[in-house]
Amino acid sequence: MRKWGFLLLASVLFVAPLASCRDRSAQTGQTTATTTAQGQSQQGSSRIDTIVSRGKLICGVSGELPGFSFVDEKGKYSGLDVDVCRAVAAAIFDDPEKVEYRKLNAKDRFTVLQAGEIDILSRNTTYTASRDTTTGLEFAPVIFYDSQSIMVKKDSGIKTLQDFAGKSICVQTGTSTEQNLSDQMRKLGVKYTPVVFEDVNATFATYQEGRCQGVTADRSQLVSKRTTLPNSENNVVLPIVMSKEPLAPAVKSGDPKWAEAVRWIVFAAIEAEDLGINSGNVDKLVASTTDPNVKRLLGKEGDLGKGLGLPNDYAVRVVKKVGNYGEMYDRNLGPKSTLKLERGQNRLWKDGGLLYSPPFR
Amino acid sequence: MNPEPQPGKSQTLPKFKDLSKLLRDDRFWKIAGQAIALILVIVVIAILWDNLSANYSQLGIAFGFDFLNSQASFDIGESVIPYSPENTYRQAYFVGLINSLRVMGLGIIFATVAGLTVGIARLSDNWLLRSLAGLYVEVLRNTPLLLQLFFWYFAVFISLPKLEDNQHMRGPIYLTNRGIAVPWPVALPGFEIWVILLTVGVLAAAGLWMWRARVMLEEAKPGRQLFWALGAIGLSAILAFIITKNLPFRLDFPRLTPELQLEGGLKLTPEFAALVTGLSLYTGSYIAEIVRAGIQSVSRGQWEAGKSLGLKSGTMMRMVILPQALRVIVPPLTSQYLNLAKNSSLAVAVAYPDVYFVVGSPTLNQTGRAIEAMLIIMVTYLTISLIVSLFMNWYNNTVQIKER
Repeated sequence: MRKWGFLLLASVLFVAPLASCRDRSAQTGQTTATTTAQGQSQQGSSRIDTIVSRGKLICGVSGELPGFSFVDEKGKYSGLDVDVCRAVAAAIFDDPEKVEYRKLNAKDRFTVLQAGEIDILSRNTTYTASRDTTTGLEFAPVIFYDSQSIMVKKDSGIKTLQDFAGKSICVQTGTSTEQNLSDQMRKLGVKYTPVVFEDVNATFATYQEGRCQGVTADRSQLVSKRTTLPNSENNVVLPIVMSKEPLAPAVKSGDPKWAEAVRWIVFAAIEAEDLGINSGNVDKLVASTTDPNVKRLLGKEGDLGKGLGLPNDYAVRVVKKVGNYGEMYDRNLGPKSTLKLERGQNRLWKDGGLLYSPPFR
Repeated sequence: MNPEPQPGKSQTLPKFKDLSKLLRDDRFWKIAGQAIALILVIVVIAILWDNLSANYSQLGIAFGFDFLNSQASFDIGESVIPYSPENTYRQAYFVGLINSLRVMGLGIIFATVAGLTVGIARLSDNWLLRSLAGLYVEVLRNTPLLLQLFFWYFAVFISLPKLEDNQHMRGPIYLTNRGIAVPWPVALPGFEIWVILLTVGVLAAAGLWMWRARVMLEEAKPGRQLFWALGAIGLSAILAFIITKNLPFRLDFPRLTPELQLEGGLKLTPEFAALVTGLSLYTGSYIAEIVRAGIQSVSRGQWEAGKSLGLKSGTMMRMVILPQALRVIVPPLTSQYLNLAKNSSLAVAVAYPDVYFVVGSPTLNQTGRAIEAMLIIMVTYLTISLIVSLFMNWYNNTVQIKER
């Protein structure tokens, strides 16, 4: 009797995967046929449907970087990267709190996104060609234009990269930082020793102990981390620009509908600042505006939201609950924050910065 | 061993047409079970593979190891072989592999020395020695290795005096938070001649030793083995000195350059030092227990027999007890060596660029090849483990009792 039971079990185990296998390969064949022509959106299998039915957005953040994403003592997340997640949740659910955050380190973030464990990666990630093409990522608009720099102890006397000959520099792995540093040093022909960590806190702790004479990262990250070091005023961020670091949120490639939604939610926050719409005046503007540009953005005219699979007033939700780009910046990085970063390149295009939203029409 | 044919059972399997008879045969089911298990494994692998290629094609990437030939463009902190960011991922892999092997090799040697010493000390008659050894074993075995590595790295090696405060350093050894530098021999011209002649000398010494041992046993004359052996080696050394007119090497002392950099001697980075120290002491605590158990497994009578022959305790340990204890010690020792080899991948925590780190971090991150990178790492560790295991099994065979 036992033997027959075993045989039965074995045959079930054997047949079941085969069946599912055939099932799925047929499905894949179909998708590849249609994706090229008209995109996956026609099939209704976009991630945005999963998010709506799940009832919350899963957002990958760093959680270690004041100003971008940081968890306070009460377990509350804040920062510019976090505000992007909140804006997306506000657009979909009309509730910026419907976000589940996943803390990711730099090394694992892409694998986790590729595996579909998170819906959106908002983790001070640099937009690069190889990540866009070979890593299977789809980037949303840049939310912060950064550059890589290097921090040293004030009394070290180090002023330029050449001064690092024979010295050590602490780096975090899994970042474009690691490659930029090696490129710059190769260009200058300077022999140095990289001390490479996986963990951002270990990177800065080792620098603090004096094992490395410098620590390199994005300028905003250095400024942000400087505030967490003991005797923070003894450290200076050198005025060296090693690379362009446009930081942007990203989603997994192969889902154009979801990528478009995220892209235009970010653009809406920028456009809102451009048009002078903020969390204070948005309600009044919805009721009374006559400006056709404002009307279109706020969904009073046309149906730009519907095309994205979002409610037509998604921009109103974003601005009302989270604010326009300028408000996000001021709150997290600018004058209302502890970092007090100059807005610099991150001003709007009409103020001489790089932020520019394509027209909402 | 010839299995006796059991009564009532035919020796050959029934033919397929006697299906009912076949299904009642035990042996058929044993074979069928194996076959089904094999098919299941193949099916599971096929499904996983299918899933992987579907996901990869959805992301627009193809499975393959071609990426190993593209330029790595990341730097590696320490490397035995020449490496620069212009080299390929393949070369970066080899740098990591050699760094790993360096840690594993040194770790195994130090762990064995520490384990043997502490294991014997735990059985010492001296209360203080015994208790200290016990304390060492208990503390290191019962705390996580990762914690210990952090301790060695952050609390010990990078908390050493700063190189900039050079007034704190004395003598030929530099202990700084940028690394440890010790005097190290540097080969002088004629080094090869020295090597050749000394090899000849050592071989001759071994031959003489065996010859004198036979003379001592067979003719009952004094052996003077040490005299003959040392004589042979000494003679070859004098000959080498006459030919080359200098010593084989000179000691290179570390020194501080005006730009505040360490030069000369052997430099150990804090990362390497922390990893080797942590791994050796941790594994050593396990080996100590294995050694203690092995020694205690040797029966009391052997100790008493040794004492009654008037052997000194050191001689007795070396000649009587340890050879018998090794039979018990070697098999579990093998698994400790394997643990050490695998645990070396914790290097990532203290910034030491081992193979796991190089392939698993920058390579994986820049290429996005998660499956390929993990396969490379798995195959690497599997190969290292199998080699260690093969060697230890061979050694185990030589220390086991030969039954005649």
